[in-house]
Amino acid sequence: MTPKEETLLWIAQRASAAVLALCIVVHLATIIYAVQGGLTAAEILGRTRGNTAWLAFYSIFVLAVAVHAPIGLRSVLMEWLGWRGRSRDRVLLGLSVVLAWMGMRAALGVFL
Amino acid sequence: MWKGGAEGRFREFDVPRHPSQTVLDVVTYIQRVLDPTLAYRYACRVGMCGSCAMTVNGEPRWTCRTHVDRVVKNDSVSVGPLRNLPVIRDLVTDMSGFFDKWARARGQFKPSRTKKDDVARVRPQSEDRRAVDAGIECIGCGVCYAACDVVSWNPDYLGPAALNRAWTLVKDERDAGRIERLRAVAGDAGCHSCHTHMSCTERCPKKLSPTAGIAGLKREVFKSTLRGEL
Repeated sequence: MTPKEETLLWIAQRASAAVLALCIVVHLATIIYAVQGGLTAAEILGRTRGNTAWLAFYSIFVLAVAVHAPIGLRSVLMEWLGWRGRSRDRVLLGLSVVLAWMGMRAALGVFL
Repeated sequence: MWKGGAEGRFREFDVPRHPSQTVLDVVTYIQRVLDPTLAYRYACRVGMCGSCAMTVNGEPRWTCRTHVDRVVKNDSVSVGPLRNLPVIRDLVTDMSGFFDKWARARGQFKPSRTKKDDVARVRPQSEDRRAVDAGIECIGCGVCYAACDVVSWNPDYLGPAALNRAWTLVKDERDAGRIERLRAVAGDAGCHSCHTHMSCTERCPKKLSPTAGIAGLKREVFKSTLRGEL
């Protein structure tokens, strides 16, 4: 990877971290607020199904995770295991796809 | 006292205490009186040359300006070679990798003027010059490099001293090597690997903050990337 590409990864990680900080606060606050009086599965689905604002929020959340986590693991793998190079980056690209797929599957599962 | 190469071991010596005795005094006493085979390195003895750095009680320090009173524990002091550098013998490390990284970080000044041009007038109070002043007094002792965990995890990492040097040149308005230098210090082996542990800043005997310089490099590389210069 060129210094420019590595710098772009660094920028992507910082930018996704900023998005995640906001998403996590909204996510936790919503959970705490929503379960105050107890909440059934049917009530949850009633709020999330067909709610495009909800889907948009969680899509951004999931994509930010898919960007942020593999870039962080990239450094961890290099520093802890000495694993670097293209094999590591290909595996992490796969992890990013898996995270995005699992997250979007969950979000769409309660939207549709 | 560490004796031997990388596979050596600590040996004990009894050294008389004196007022205002430095760790370098202790090492010198051992070499002159107790064990003439002891290898160590020093030159100025007054904190200018940066050659006498060693690991004292587990922490990297400049030994000529470290009083025994400040570091002694239970009447004993352990002295070893600097971490993160190959040990040649006893307290002497091979510093060539450390200084090679200064070159890799484009630590050489690249003039933007010729001798036919007028002298550059740099305002001492300008923001850039103040940033240079904050980092310029590095004596190249290697204490920050030995203190840095990222260096121990990633042997390619340029390290705090080389990056601090690059930072002082990036902020030098007379220098013409800005973009190639930013390219040299970006990425996995450069400023982006710094975890901001601040061990370098904590240990620097000259009270510099390589961490601040590295953060500055991250900002400059970021701006240059957005401008498409990198």
